[in-house]
Parts: sequence; structure tokens; C-alpha cells
Amino acid sequence: MALPPPDPQFVLRGTSAAVHTLHFSCGGPEPDIPLLFSGSENGFIHVWNLKTHRVDTALDGHGRKSVYCVETMSGKDRLLSQGRDQRICLWDLAEGRTSVTDSVFMEHVGFCRCSLLKVAQGRWLMAMAARSLEEVQILELPSKTSVCTLKPEVGAKLGMPMCLKLWQLSCGSQPVLLAGYEDGSVVLWNVSMGKALSQLICHQEPVMSLDFDSEKAKGISGSSEKVLSIWSLNEQQNLQVYKTHELVNAGISDITIRPDKKILATAGWDHRIRIFGWKKLKPLAVLDYHTATVHCVSFSDHSNPRERLLAAGSKDQRISVWSIYAQT
Amino acid sequence: VCFIPGGLDCSISSLSHVLGKVCIHGRQKEILGVLVPRLTDLTKSDCIWQRICWQLVECVPDRWMEAVVLGFVQRAPGADVLSRLLGNLVVKNKKAQFVVTEKMLLLQYGHTTAVLQNLLGYLSLDSLRRTLLLRVLQELLESWSSSSAVKHSPAEQQLYISKAILICLSHLKEPEIESCRQELLTSMMEGVKCHLDSSLPRLRRLGMVVAESISLKLNTEGPVLKFEYEEDDETRELKSLLVQTPSFYVVPSLPDDDRSEKAVAALPLVPESNEKCHTAALVMPDEELDAELDSDDDLIPYDMSEDKELKIKAPMYIRDCIEVLTGSTSEDVDKWEATVKALESLVRRNPAATREVSVELAKILLHLEEKTCTEGFVELRQRAQVAVLTTDPIPVSKYLTSQFYSLNYSLRQRMDILDVLVLAAQELSCPKFHGKTKHSGVQKPCIQLLPGNDSSKGWRRIVDERIKSKTRRFDMGQSRVELASCPNEFNSVAGYFFFPLIQHFDRPLTTFDLLGEDHLVLGRLVHTLAILMYLAVNTVAVTAMGKALLEFVWALRFHTDSYVRQGLLSCISSLLLSVPAERILADMTEELLETQSWLGDVMEKDPDGDCRRLALQNLLLMENLKKKLEAV
Repeated sequence: MALPPPDPQFVLRGTSAAVHTLHFSCGGPEPDIPLLFSGSENGFIHVWNLKTHRVDTALDGHGRKSVYCVETMSGKDRLLSQGRDQRICLWDLAEGRTSVTDSVFMEHVGFCRCSLLKVAQGRWLMAMAARSLEEVQILELPSKTSVCTLKPEVGAKLGMPMCLKLWQLSCGSQPVLLAGYEDGSVVLWNVSMGKALSQLICHQEPVMSLDFDSEKAKGISGSSEKVLSIWSLNEQQNLQVYKTHELVNAGISDITIRPDKKILATAGWDHRIRIFGWKKLKPLAVLDYHTATVHCVSFSDHSNPRERLLAAGSKDQRISVWSIYAQT
Repeated sequence: VCFIPGGLDCSISSLSHVLGKVCIHGRQKEILGVLVPRLTDLTKSDCIWQRICWQLVECVPDRWMEAVVLGFVQRAPGADVLSRLLGNLVVKNKKAQFVVTEKMLLLQYGHTTAVLQNLLGYLSLDSLRRTLLLRVLQELLESWSSSSAVKHSPAEQQLYISKAILICLSHLKEPEIESCRQELLTSMMEGVKCHLDSSLPRLRRLGMVVAESISLKLNTEGPVLKFEYEEDDETRELKSLLVQTPSFYVVPSLPDDDRSEKAVAALPLVPESNEKCHTAALVMPDEELDAELDSDDDLIPYDMSEDKELKIKAPMYIRDCIEVLTGSTSEDVDKWEATVKALESLVRRNPAATREVSVELAKILLHLEEKTCTEGFVELRQRAQVAVLTTDPIPVSKYLTSQFYSLNYSLRQRMDILDVLVLAAQELSCPKFHGKTKHSGVQKPCIQLLPGNDSSKGWRRIVDERIKSKTRRFDMGQSRVELASCPNEFNSVAGYFFFPLIQHFDRPLTTFDLLGEDHLVLGRLVHTLAILMYLAVNTVAVTAMGKALLEFVWALRFHTDSYVRQGLLSCISSLLLSVPAERILADMTEELLETQSWLGDVMEKDPDGDCRRLALQNLLLMENLKKKLEAV
């Protein structure tokens, strides 16, 4: 007899606006408090204390325009946030400060979340949508110099880039970018050379979100239709479709694979969070708590596996935090 | 008959005289039946025989030329044979030219497509005759694009002319088309307008097919005129005429790349080229991976039986529905859509609640416009309207009939009102079967119930059935299961449906003039009245309705639109079938006699075939009536 799905461990309320993005920062050593950063539609970034379940700080840096991406850069003292005011802000949060140290003006007006990759100590690469419709720009942070612009070939008709993921196979190798576009295709780009290595049409509708497992060279993408597409990268750096999975209701806003690569979570437009096993995409659980579209899901980076959490932010202004499959 | 070839100058004029005389006496079949195949063989390769043949026909006296030419054109097995047999007769002889280029094409319309092909092919085969071909095309187009021709000539003639136009077009070459491009374009625009104006769907389709073909010929590359219509045998036949047998339209083969684009699960395809930026095909997951220790087995799935499709709940109360439908909030479109889908059943399940707000609901539904791309929106709205009308007939019918004649409604909305009235009337007059309404034929042909699309067929069937049921009544015996009898709900409301519609038809409004431009709506109105009359059988008001209808028909009987005339004749049919014979005799004798003479006139002289048939039907019904009354 299968057990009924678990209830959330706790629910964070108080954002007073739809939650668009979440990011955990719980990896620090003992006296550090585990934190959860959330970005909302009213332009605030809330820093949640996961011990007290209350907001420690609220950051207002995007002129009350929706914040749709939040990431930490080496620890909880440096934060990057991206908002609809066309700015990417870099925050300094050490020792209780809450100031914006730097910002990048984005010429692109859209919803494409940027992707960060640490390439060396103190140096990151950031991929974001560029001004021209189909282009993606790679910047180096903190210097803000442009590394390259990835332009699809003329007539490719890919549409806007919808989601990005920068990764590298190991610490010294070439950084590569996976980009999902409006026409439903995923393109693999070589960043240093600035050219596309492979393109795969995964969906009939725009790719809403994607995530990639560099160890297994397998990735997954979700779209506004009912199908999840799993694809793999072979030795020749070519993308091939591995499998597809049909969902009960259409629409996926976010997909994320847990750092231990055992399970993955999807945030659905049907208000439900679905958990799958990553190996074979076996459906494991359907978490039905929210009363509106779930916009984002995120796994925590706790060093102790038993404490691992999953958080989901939704349009109903709540953040649900779950402890699921933490024992494995 | 044997001829001596070679060198001798024979005089064939006596033979021509014989041929002509025989043909004019109507013996074309016999003589040409023998002559034409023989000449076909002889002239196949022998030029002398060809010239002899040409001499033969050229020497036929003018007064018999028509019969001979007609015979040849009809009998020749192909255009090339005709060309060999007649040569340039049409150029040399005025009478022959008249017969071929005008009489057979514009004045007659009984010839088969094969004859047309022969004729026009013949004209196209020689450069001297091609000028005639162009002239013929121009005259055909003039006739096709003239609005009075479209309105008054029979459908068969219009079909004939359309076929001729298409065959001409198929024979024209590029430079010729270029030279008359402007005229083709102007005629096409005018012709299309007249044809689309017509109330008969068959004529509209003819116009659309011909216009599409002309446009195809004019711009072989670039955007072509394309209409949406239902294909049927006629249109397919017409379109096939446009392409001559040495067809030069090659179907472009699709590039191979298109096939492998979609990534479909579980189809093992061989992976195609490994080029960069190419879309790859599906690869089955490697067998070896399964052999690995499956650590996923540690993860026990939870119960997912609750995971079903997300359904938006529709409101449970009628007043809530009203709120949702009139609400200005554009946010909850899902709820709006769910409301529209659930409305009909809600109305039927809560008649008391519906009666409280019936007129308001009818008003909302009449003005409801599609907000989202709901499938079957028009049908859903119509069913909801019918449900409201049947639940509370009197106030809602008062509202709807008054709105029919009000300002500022679109033609579509007025016709919707008529459709709803008809469907509701049918539902009300149908006997209820085990408490549920017997929806036998009502559901599917929701909008087709008004015989606007296929006028005479459905009607004839219904009328025939009725006639059959009346005459064979004593034959039926006990095998028929008796339907549960119950009061006729239509009885009390028939008048409310009928009389307001008939009242104001001659009063034009600024935006709506039934007797003027809006003859399509008038046609629909007349058909609606016919159906309402038919459904009013056994009601108390039927005699009064009959009298009013007869007056109405009398006023409109010379209308120029054939769709309206068909409707008027259907009205007479319904009247004769529904009003009891005794009442007809008692109250309407003089009018009926006048109607009888009018029907006789229609039967003989009306250009539209359907009108003539309906008139004949009505006369038969009247005969039956007389016989029945005499038998009493």
C-alpha cells in the first residue's frame, strides 16, 4: 500500500506577493543559520531564517519590479538578483549589510533567468539574454566584461531564449551553455568559441525550464505542453532525445535536479509539485499543497543529507518547504 | 461510299447538300454515326482526305450549316479529330462561327462536358482559331460576371458557363493570359461579388471555384485567391477541368529533412547524419544501462491516485453564472469558459430559478461574444439559448422577437434569433419520451434545421413522410408503439413565436431593411415561418396563423431572390399540411384558388428548378386536399 504523500514540513508566509524564485544557502558551517532567499513579484527579496521560519531581511533593490532570479555567489554574503527593471544587482550581505555593490543593465526585457558558473576563485561567468531577440550574452563577473555573444545562424527562427544553464565538465574544462528557446529547441553552445555544437527540438511549445546532470550527460526540459523531455549528450557533443514523459496536466514552470542526482522536482501550472527518480524518471510523488501555479522549486544544499529540504514558491504567495526522500 | 483518291477534282457539293438535308431533318445520329468514324480513320494521316472533308462541310448551305456543325461537334470523339474534320470552318463560314462561338456556349446549356471539351479544344488547336477562343472567353466572362445573369438564369446554365470558362482557361497559354490580364481581373472581381451575393449556396460555390481558378491562372507564383467551402462532386469536377491531360503540374517532393524533425518516443529510428546543428532522431536507451544496479529502487513512490486532470469548477447556481458571464474581470477566463459549458444543463435542471431571470439571461446570451477559443462555442451558446427559451417561452419569445426588429444588431445575430426560435419550437412541439425530451434529430443539425443550405431535399422528405402518413393511416395496424401522449407545450406559445415575426417585415429600419438589401435574412425569416407553421399542427392558433401566413406569402410572391421564393413555397406546403382541411375550406377558399393559379404559373415559368418542384408539390397537396374533402 503506498503511503499518501507527505505534508510540507513548514510553510513560509509573508511575502505578500507571488514568489518567483528561490535559492537555498545552508551549506555553511555550524554557527551559520541556514537561509532561504526568495524573490517576489513586488520587487522584494526576502531572506528567510530557516530556524525561526521568519524573514530576517527584506531587500528592496529592483524598484518594486518583479524579481525572477536569485542566486548566491560563494556563500550567503554575496547575492545576485535579476529583476524586471532590467537590472542584475550584486549585493553585499556580509555583517548585516544590505547594499547593492554593482549592477548590470540588461538590454533584454524578458523572463529568461540568468545562469551563473564559477570558473575560478572570485570569477564567474554569467549567461543572460542579450538585446537582440535570439542572442545570449556571456559576461564575466565581477569585471562585467563580455566574453562572447552567442548568435544563432540567420533564419534559425529559434525565438527568445527562455532558460539557460552554464556548466563545465570539470574545473578546468571548457564552459558550455545549454539554452532552451521559444520554438521548443535546446541548443548546446561552446562558449569559448562562440558557436553552437548541437541543436535538438524537444518540444512543440517554448521550453520553460531545463536542468542538466553533467556527470551522466543527461538533461531534462519542461515546456507549456504535457510532455517532459529527457535528452542526453553523446561523445560527439550531440544532443539526442532519450525519453519523454507525459504529464497529467500541461505546463511546467521550473525543473531542478537534486545535487545528489537521485531525484528531481518539477513545478507545475496545475498547482502541483512532482517528484521523479532521476535514473529512469520513475514518478515518485505528487505534492499537492498550493492553490495556484507553482513558479519555482529548489533543493537545499545542506551538508548533512538528512536535513535536506525542497522548497516551492507559488503564485498563491506561499513558500512550501518539504522534507522528502531525505533518508537515501 | 467509296472515293477515288488522287488527282481528280471531284465536286462534293452535291454530297454536302445531301448531308445538310439529312441533318436538318433530324437524322444526324444515323448519318453521322456512320460518317464520322469513317472520316476519322481516313483523315488520320491522309491530307487529301482531310481536305475532302473540309470541302464537304464548307459546301453545306448556310440554312443547314447549324445542324451539321452541331452534329459534328457532338459526335466527334475528341478535339483533335474535330479539328481534322472541320478544319478552319469556323473562320471561313459566318454561320458556323455563330453556332460554335455563341449559340452553343451562351444560348444553349444542355450539352455535356465532353462536347464542351471538344468545342473549346477545337478552337484552341489552330492559331487562326485561337483569336476566337479569346473572344469566346471574354463573352463567357461577361455573362458570368453580370449580376442579372447570376440572379435570373437557372443554376444549370450557370454551371455550364462556369465549365466553359474553366476549359477555356486551361487552353490558354502564358502570353495570351498576359494580354488579357486586366480584363480577366476585372471580370473576376465583379463576378465574384455577384456570386457571393446570391442566397443559394450552390451558386456561391460555383463563383468561388471559378474565381479561384482564374486567380490561379493569373498569378502562378505568389499568393492565390483561396476560398473556404465544402468540396463536393461538382466542385471537384470543375477543378479537374482546369488541368488538361498533358498535365504540367508536378507535385513537389518534400525534402527528407522534414521527416526526422519531430522527436517521438518509442520509435527506434536509425540515427541520421551527425552534422552539427542538425536535428537528430530518436535513439532507444541502451540495453546495458538496465543491467546497472538500479538505485532508484530504494525510492518508494508515494500514493499518486489523487493526481488527476485539473478541472475548473463551474458555478452551481444560475445567478452565479450570470455574474460570471457579465463580469468585467478578464482574469478568470477559465471560469468563464466552464460557465459557458455548464450553462445549458444548469438551466434545464433549475427551471424555477431560470424563470426568475429568463429575460436577463436571454439578453446576456444574445450579446455573448467569444472570449476564449472554446471549442463549439457557437453551439454551446445556441443550446443555452434554446434551453432558456423552452423553460420560459412567453417572456423570452417576446424579447427575442422584439429584438429581431430592433436597431443595431448584426445579420448574424438576427439569424441566430430565428434559429433559436425554430429549435425551441421543435423541442416544445415534440412529445416528451419518458419524461425526457425526444431530441431525435434536433441535436446534430443544430444550425442546419433551417433548410437554408439544402433547401428542397430535407423539406421534400418531411413533406413526403407527412403525405405518406396521411394517406396510409388505416394500414398501420398495431405494430407501432404508441408514444406517451401529453399536452402539446407549443400550443400555448405558438402565437407568441409566430405573429411578432410576421408583423413588421415591411417596415424598414436604418440598419435593417428586409425588403431591400437584406434579402438573405428575409429568406431565412420565410423559412422560419414555414417551420413554425409546420410545427403548429394541432394547436389552437393554427388557423389564424395560416391566414396571416397566406397574406404574407401573397405580398411577397414575386420576390426576385429564388431562396425567398423557395421559402414562400415551403410556407404554402406547411400551411396545407398543418391547417385542418375543414378550416382551409371554410376560411381560405378564395385565397387558395388565387394561390393555385399562382402556383401553376411558378411551376411553368420560374427559372429556378427547386421552385418549380416545390410548386408542383403544393399543387399535388391541394389536389389531395380536394379529393379528401370530396370523399367526405
